[in-house]
Formats: sequence, C-alpha cells, structure tokens
Amino acid sequence: MLTYTIRRLLLAIPTLLFISFIIFLIVKLSPSDPTAGLPLTIPPEVREQIRESLGVNQPVFVQYFRWLQLMVWNEPLHLIEGWTGWNVAPESTTRIISYQTRSPVMDLIMQRMPQTLWVVGISYIVGIIIALPIGIISAYRQYSWFDQLGTFISMLGFSVPTFFTGVLFIVIFAVNLGWFPSVYDTTHVVTDWDSFIVQLKQIIMPVMVLGLFNASQISRFMRASMLDNLNQDYVRTARAKGLTEKVVVLVHVLRNSLIPVVTVIALNVPAVFGGAIITEQVFKVNGIGQLLIIAIQSGDVPTVQTVSFIFAVLIVLFNLIADVLYGVLDPRIRYD
Amino acid sequence: MNSKTLLLGAAAAFMLSPVAAMAERGSSGHLNIIYWQAPSTLNPYLSGGTKEVESASLVLESFARFDDTGTMVPWLAADIPTVENGGVSEDLTQITWTIADGITWSDGTPLTAADAVFTWEYCTHPEGGCAQASYFDGVESVVAVDDMTVQINFNAPKPFPYTAFVGSESPIIQAAQFAECLGARAPECTDANFGPIGTGPFVVTDFRPNDVIEFEANQNFRYPDRPYFATVTFKGGGDAAAAARSVLETGEFDYAWNLQIDPTILAQMEAQGNGTVVTAFGTSVERLHLNQTNPDPALGDLRSTVEGGPHPFLTDPIIGQAMSMAIDRALLVEVGYGAGGQPTCNVLPAPELYASTANDDCLVQDIAGANALLDEAGYVDTNGDGIREANGIPLSVLYQTSTNAVRQDTQALVKQWWSEIGIDAELRNIDASVFFGGDPASPDTFQKFYADVEMYTNNFAGVDPEAYMANWRCSEIPGPDTQWQGSNIQRFCMEEYDALVDEMATTADLQERGRLAREMNDMIIQSYSIIPLIHRGGVSAHANSLEGIRMSDWDSELWNIMDWRRAE
Repeated sequence: MLTYTIRRLLLAIPTLLFISFIIFLIVKLSPSDPTAGLPLTIPPEVREQIRESLGVNQPVFVQYFRWLQLMVWNEPLHLIEGWTGWNVAPESTTRIISYQTRSPVMDLIMQRMPQTLWVVGISYIVGIIIALPIGIISAYRQYSWFDQLGTFISMLGFSVPTFFTGVLFIVIFAVNLGWFPSVYDTTHVVTDWDSFIVQLKQIIMPVMVLGLFNASQISRFMRASMLDNLNQDYVRTARAKGLTEKVVVLVHVLRNSLIPVVTVIALNVPAVFGGAIITEQVFKVNGIGQLLIIAIQSGDVPTVQTVSFIFAVLIVLFNLIADVLYGVLDPRIRYD
Repeated sequence: MNSKTLLLGAAAAFMLSPVAAMAERGSSGHLNIIYWQAPSTLNPYLSGGTKEVESASLVLESFARFDDTGTMVPWLAADIPTVENGGVSEDLTQITWTIADGITWSDGTPLTAADAVFTWEYCTHPEGGCAQASYFDGVESVVAVDDMTVQINFNAPKPFPYTAFVGSESPIIQAAQFAECLGARAPECTDANFGPIGTGPFVVTDFRPNDVIEFEANQNFRYPDRPYFATVTFKGGGDAAAAARSVLETGEFDYAWNLQIDPTILAQMEAQGNGTVVTAFGTSVERLHLNQTNPDPALGDLRSTVEGGPHPFLTDPIIGQAMSMAIDRALLVEVGYGAGGQPTCNVLPAPELYASTANDDCLVQDIAGANALLDEAGYVDTNGDGIREANGIPLSVLYQTSTNAVRQDTQALVKQWWSEIGIDAELRNIDASVFFGGDPASPDTFQKFYADVEMYTNNFAGVDPEAYMANWRCSEIPGPDTQWQGSNIQRFCMEEYDALVDEMATTADLQERGRLAREMNDMIIQSYSIIPLIHRGGVSAHANSLEGIRMSDWDSELWNIMDWRRAE
C-alpha cells in the first residue's frame, strides 16, 4: 500500500505540471483583458501602460515559468514563514500578484477559505446526513411511497439548478416571509448565543440550497448500492441465522453498501474547497467560487490560474485518497 | 466656468450646513451600502473602475468636486481658481490652488501642498501603470509654492485646467503613506492600497477585496458635526436585481448602486414602498456607430481600415438618416431603460451649455418619411427580395453589440424597424469582456469594428467635452499601425471637424466653447456616422429613511455622503 501511494504521488507531479500548463494556456489564449472592465473614458495609451505594468505583454512562456516558480517555490516559503515566523521568504515582490487587487493571490484565497469551508462544508455534511437515511429506507422499501417520494425529490434537487433554487429561497424566505437575510454578512463574528443565531439564520439558506443538491446525488448512490447488496446470498444467510432485520440491514448490508458511497463522497470533497460559484454569487458569500468567477470576469490571469491549480492539486490528491480508502474498506482489494 | 455659477455653487454648498446643523457626528448610526460589483482596491490610481473610485471617494478627496448639477464646488481648496481671480494665468498655462484652512488627514497630520505634488509624481511614474494618468495629461510640473499653495504648470495653454485634482478620479493621496510605493513598487503597498489615509468623512477599518469594506467616521474631519453616520458597511457582489431587492424589498440595505434592470421589475419593487429609485444624468449616450470604412472579409487585413476604402453605402448620410428616422427611441426607453434613459439625438447631450437642439427631429419615429427619403435617393428594391440595393449592393448590415439583455432587446426592435424600410440587419452579440477588451489579436473588439453597425455606450468624465470631442479627429482612427488603438471608432474624417477641435483647444471663453462643441456635435450627427439612441442615466435606489442624497453623475454618486442622515 505504501509503495503504491508513493508511486501515485510521484506520478502526480508530471500530471499537475501538465494540468497547470494547460490551464495557463486556456486562460492566456482566451481573449480576455484586465483593462476591459474599465470605463471607456480611460484612454487606450493609459490602458496599454496598465497592461505593461501588470506584465501582460511578456511572452507566454516567460509568464508561465515565472508563475510556476512563484507557485512551487516562493509561495510555499511564504506559507512556512507565516506559520512558523522564520524569516525564510524572499522580498514580498516575489509573490503571485492579482491583477485586480494588486495584492498577493494567496492572501485572497486564505481570506476566503473559511467562508467556503463553512458554507459548502456544512452543506456537504448536511447533504450526507439527509442522504444516507433516505437512501437506506428507499432501498429497503423499494417502490413504496417513501421510495417514490424520495426519488421525486432527489430528481428535483438534481435537475433544478442552484441559481433557481437559490433565488426561489430568497423570494420565499427573505422577501415574503422575512425570516432570513438575502445577503450573507461576511464580517459577522460569532461571540455569543445571539450572534450564533444570526450566523445560523444567514447560513441556513445557502447551506440548504447546496445541501439539497448534494443529498440528491448521494441518496441515489446509497439506494443503488443498498439494492445491490440486499439481494446477495450473505444477506439471506444472515436472515437464516435468525438475526433481526435491524442487524441485517444496518450492520451487514449497510457496511458493505457504504464502500462505493464513501468513494463518491471522498471524490467530491475537492468541490467543497472549490466552493460553489453560483450559490456563493447568489447569496453574496465571499468564498473561493466567487473569487474565481470575479477573476474570470475581469481577466485576472494570476488569480484564475492559482485557484484552478489548487483545485487540480486537491482533485488529484482526493482521487488518491479515495483509492487508498477503497483498499482499506474492502479487504478484497489490494494494490500491491 | 464662469465665476458667478461657481459662487452660487459654493453658496449652495454652505446653505446646506445650517439645515443639518442640529444633528451631530455619528448620530445617524449605521449605513449599509450595496454595490453589486465589489471594489478590488481602495486606490483609485491602481484601478480605474467605477466601483473602486466611488468606494474610495468616502476617504480620498480632491481640491474641487462636481455637485448634482455639474457645478464645480471647492472641496479641499479655499476657492475655485479662475482667470478673473488670478488663480489661472492669463496665458492659460498655469493654475494655482490654495488649500483651505484647517484640513487634516485622518491621522491628524495637516494636508500640505507636498501631498498634491507627491500624488502627481505617483500617478505619472512611468512604471506605475496609473489608471488615471489622463488627468495629468499636459501637466509639465506640479510645484508646492508654500505649504498651502499648489501650482500646476501646463506645457501648452489649457482652456479647461480643472482636470488634475478635480473630481473623484484624481484625489490627493498622502505622501507619507505612499512614499515607498512609487512606480513598480505600487503593488507592494497592499496595506496602503487597501486602507488609504484620507481627508474624507470616513476612515477604513476593514477592507476585504472584492467583498466588503467597513468604514467609521473620521474623528479629524474638518466639519465637527459631520458625517452623520457613525459607521458604514460597503458590501459588494451579487447582481443588480439582487441589490435592488435588498433595498426596495427586504430593506437590508440603505443604498444600492447601478440598477440597470428591467424597468417594470424595478417599478414593481419600488411599489412596495420601502425605498425610492433615484436617477442622475451625465453624459452617457447609447449610440450606433456606422462603419465608414469597408468591413468586407474579402479585404483581409485591410478590413475596416481607411486603406481598405470607404463603406459601400453607409458613407451616404441619406441612408444613415433613414436608419435613424426608422427608430422609435421612446419605445426603446420604455422597454429597456425606464427612468434610467431619455431619448436623445445628440452624441453630446449635456451639460446644458453644450447640448445642441438642431437634431431633435429624430425624437419622432417616421418610417414613411424614411422610405420616401430612400426612394428619392434612388435606393430601391430592384430584385423584389424586400431589401433595397445601392448600386447593386443590397442594404444588408451586420449589427453587433455586447451581450446584455437590454441591448439584445434593442437590437431586435431596431432590426424590425429597419426591415420596414428595406434594410436587412444580421444581429450579433459578443461577450462584454471581449468586445471592450481591446485585445489586438481578437477580431471581435469594438475598436476593430468588423461589422457595419455597432452599438454601445460611451461618455466622458467631468463636465468639459474638449477631450471627448477630440475623439473623432481623423488621426484617431484605429488601424493595424496603431494596434487598433484609437477612439474614432466609426472612422469619421472631416478636415472642418479637425479645425474645430483645434480651435476649441485654444478657446477659453465658455460661451464660445459651448458653440464649438455644439457645432462639432451637429457635424457628426448630420454625417450620420453616429446615430444616438438613449441618453443614459445612473439608476440607484435608497431606503426611504435616508435623507440628504443628491445623486450626481458628474462625480462619485457618494460625493456628499457626509450630509447623508437617517430621517427622524
């Protein structure tokens, strides 16, 4: 298992280099201009000077290698310096600078990570908590009214996009009922019970919108996997031994059915870090997804590149984790 | 600018103070503002975007500003320098500003002439990429005569010298704070860029790029009773409809900016009675540009260039006139703009002094007249396909604009009207970041104009149209030799026009400048190389409990935020 992991990690390096270069080319060759969003009153000569000062006009390969050097060497050093206080990092000029804010991209990411982890992370957990029981009961009582209802709701959650459910929730719960705020207050700090309630109120709508979407997906996997196992011989054996239905379903069937579901959950974890572009935009949560979409809109190549690269790293990493986890959970699978 | 209007403006500014004198600083509590595009930095010299300029205007100020009528009012300066009061030299090459007494930065240190000199050096540094560099065009030097006097020397006579340090786009930054941030080092100063020290009514307490800014009242502000709000939250993000909703429907916010949404939806939201929609008209005009050069793809690299030859039919003003007559501008306003638009027949619609009335016939749609005009000129449909021909070439145009719901509605309506006069239009829309992106390698930019007709909005900052009217000189025509840079998008070229531009550059008398500007406007309009459609205003909304808002399109919308207060 260890050699397998090490081999996979080493293989990840050329993969990531390739991915980063492809992302860079896509972003760079797409017709985007950091000065496009400026008012037309700013004359072309000034725009040219701005582009020049941002380094947009350098050759593409120079820009790529410069970025790569900053990403794999300077930024980790800054990270180490930030954590340990050792003075290892070079001058602050050598960091990845966002075109929009002219500040280090990593600082922007760090600033936004907590909101994304809270909102998207909680919605993921909520989604799992809702999905597992629905999947189990739906499979155990296949074609019952509960199964039909569960199927209907999960199809709805899966097929209705979050930009629709998000706005629908706002219109119902914020505008008509006035229960929750429609704009997420990112400066809110939880200090006591009352402020916790405020936080709960503002987080509940984005969490439920995303949770519904996640739950739909996972509950379908759970149901399918349960159905596969319920008809197996070992289940009949367990029942024949005189075990109670509770033990048969929740111990024997559930444990075996969870193996593929855990893999699916692990594979989707990078999406939690990636944030939810649409939901974050609808509820004005300043997360990673919002950072990415604003950066794309304003032609902010360093930010788009860095955020996408971090996603790529997470996806490669969690693929590996899912594979390893599979081997841990299922003794039949061995990599060595 | 004549001194009488200036004095009146100044008087008006002072008149406001007694009304509000009962309230004290901070007595109105907390103010929530939402801009659906979030500010990326608070240094307007590093980003020319409206969102950055307006959010920074709570903190950074300039010598003079424009009020809601477009009148200049002294702000950090004691008065407005003019030739009459000796502030502007007779030969128009020098302007001298005197800083008003008792102005300090929010850190308590006094504002001096050295700060203005530093600001000039900061923005004109060759490696800085300053977004507002055009405000310092023609400035030879900025000199601190003494602590309170700033002298700006121009390298040629400048009939309208109120550019540098006037309005929200060229404010004065503190020399002490930005001293280490010149040129290429500008991005290193993240703390300064995100939290500039200013002379304005508020100071930054927390800045989160592209998200939210927290302000609190500046305790060293020069008016002891203002600002009335103690703290301000300036939230960014989302979209225009959501911003409108948060003010007009849920009441979470007090002020929302730039609400260009479907006018019927906005009216429905306003009808709920929580807030009020306000508009202000500046100089923005949604217009059609008619390509005067040939965009035929067969020309290859010579497409849409002067060398490629004139357009096969759009250079004839008769055709342009018919196209203009066929358009019902009032309906376009009703469908797409509501309170935020007015029909216009001028490319230079304001200020009043410069607005021509010679072209107002276009306000009424006249399809029959347009048909008659084309018939008379001999542009008739010879092959019976419903499209007229000019010398055998069908009057068929490619009509492009940026992707935007209102613009696509407008395109569809205009196409319909043109089909009624025998002109066929193929519609195309291009993502705004590409269309306005100016990438010389892209064929889809508005500068390249690989189409017959294109539509967008342009305007000018401030109140003086001299630089704006100079956009349409022959030498400003974009082409491959200038990397497609240039502001004469429709490729209009007339010697008489260039002569008027030169004349305006040496004319100081305001009335005379007005006459010249109107004449240039009429020349362009009557060439029908530009067909103006809508005079567009800024649309914002504020809660009914908010008082003191005097929305201006001539300066930052938040220019008088120190006077805003909560109704009792």
